[in-house]
Amino acid sequence: MGKIFNTPLYPYQRSEDQDPGPATRHKVIIIGAGPVGLAAAIDLAQQDIPVLVLDDNDRVSFGSRAICFAKRPLEILDRLGCGEPMVARGVAWDTGRVFFDKDEAYSFNLLPETDHKNPAFINLQQYTFEEKLVERVRALQEQGKPIELRGKNKVTALADNGGHVRLEVDTPEGSYLLETDWLIACDGATSPTRRMLGHDFEGRVFEDNFLIVDVIMQADFPAERWFWFDPPFNRGQSALLHKQPDNVWRIDFQIGQDIDREAELEPENIHRRLRAMLGKDAEFELEWASIYTFQCRRMERFRYGRTLFAGDAAHQVSPFGARGANSGLQDTDNLVWKLKLVIEGKAGEDLLDTYSDERIYGADENILNSTRSTDFITPKTEISRIFRDAVLTLAKEHEFARPLVNSGRLSVPCTYDDSKLNGPDMEQLPRATRPGAPLKDADTGTGWLLDQTGNDFQLLGINADVPETLEVGGITIKGFQLSPTESLKTCYLGDARAAVYLIRPDQHVVARWLAYSKSATIAALRQATGKA
Amino acid sequence: MLITKPNFDHTDDFYAALIKAHDGLSKAQSDALNARLLLILSNHIGDQSVLDTALKAASSEKELS
Repeated sequence: MGKIFNTPLYPYQRSEDQDPGPATRHKVIIIGAGPVGLAAAIDLAQQDIPVLVLDDNDRVSFGSRAICFAKRPLEILDRLGCGEPMVARGVAWDTGRVFFDKDEAYSFNLLPETDHKNPAFINLQQYTFEEKLVERVRALQEQGKPIELRGKNKVTALADNGGHVRLEVDTPEGSYLLETDWLIACDGATSPTRRMLGHDFEGRVFEDNFLIVDVIMQADFPAERWFWFDPPFNRGQSALLHKQPDNVWRIDFQIGQDIDREAELEPENIHRRLRAMLGKDAEFELEWASIYTFQCRRMERFRYGRTLFAGDAAHQVSPFGARGANSGLQDTDNLVWKLKLVIEGKAGEDLLDTYSDERIYGADENILNSTRSTDFITPKTEISRIFRDAVLTLAKEHEFARPLVNSGRLSVPCTYDDSKLNGPDMEQLPRATRPGAPLKDADTGTGWLLDQTGNDFQLLGINADVPETLEVGGITIKGFQLSPTESLKTCYLGDARAAVYLIRPDQHVVARWLAYSKSATIAALRQATGKA
Repeated sequence: MLITKPNFDHTDDFYAALIKAHDGLSKAQSDALNARLLLILSNHIGDQSVLDTALKAASSEKELS
């Protein structure tokens, strides 16, 4: 197969850093060129912070792996300059169907919010996602942005010397040493960085195995998420069907505990399962299959000295709810602006501890949701199965039971409610956009709100005058004013006539008022940059 | 507030109807019926603090027996 995941996209090339002499010092090194590492690198480089990405491989991920990308990560990707190609390529969906035994129990619609640029979800193979990110890296390089991607560079040892991190890197031409002011570890659930630095990774282990299969077929199933509880073709277990681009379908079979992995992965066995599900005459081609179990766990902290952990390296969830890669992108969204301020000397290093605090808050929310979904899908006791089946039986007739059905609480961004970076709130304004919340997209009359925000601190005045710029301790706040459209009124004004919002570079709300005050804005900016 | 004082309109009629609903059912069918009934009634109550108090009251009975 001439598939993208078999093609080296960043083949090994010798670097000057490998020449004899003292180790080269970098500003930021990222370990891992998966979705999270590449997003972090793009974010830094497009803001002119030099960054080097090291990956032990030289190509995108094998198999579809993460396939569901939620609205908030798509908004982040828009800020990174690569959201639109992803959405154009992906399969947008908003309808889910739940089946119990032989019949459909009910369907749900995620009700796309009409005043948002991005869909609720797209399905896109992780290899395509990574390919688009690598294309963005190449485009930044052509613009002269300081970003480098080194394939077949495997970090084999590292030490935090206080003032910098020292890395030993193995390549096809032998090993060499590097130094970096800051290290971001995005090297996945088995994170060698985490292991080499001796940090813990505690949580709950689930025993059930899932067979995950990518199938190429011409099928007239709609672009919907179909989830089966206890279907005739997989008795006592669950199954999931999802459409991806290029007629690739993702099918997950729960296959229980104590399985024979090798036997399950035999093509004849997979074909037997697929024919039972799709019909004996179904024509399909098997692209990729894998068996996974999962764990819900996180590191105690996401920052240790000069090393920052992001994505699966820092936290791991079950796949139900699409909270893995989606939360990893929110990690780097949170981290990069803080790291930039620290590197530029505009904020103290303590600001990086709020990355850990805020994203642990997010990780705990994801772990809670994902654990509850897993417990519903794979009941651990007889009585939990009785209740689960009662919910599913009732769901067909009774609307009240449908919210209890938990086949995955789909990824939504968290609001950093208790963050110490939050400034004052004005409670008469809509709750959805309170301090700590991500901005809600809105039609501003001149484009999408989220396309007009990000990368800087910004002061938004709706029916209110705000200055064009305001300098606070070397940080520039950029002001902009909008007239209230219907969607701005709904999300940002409520019953108020005017409002002023201070917005972080990651598009989260810092503080809000009914009118502009210079002293209040300065105090809130100091709060948001860890100087209060 | 969870009502723990007598509150049935027709106590004996309710009890008889509850037992009758299980007539002829296997243990598994009865367990399923009980689970459905409990979910229907819980939704009717809705109030999390009432449900929490009810769960606590039911659980302490179990410990006593």
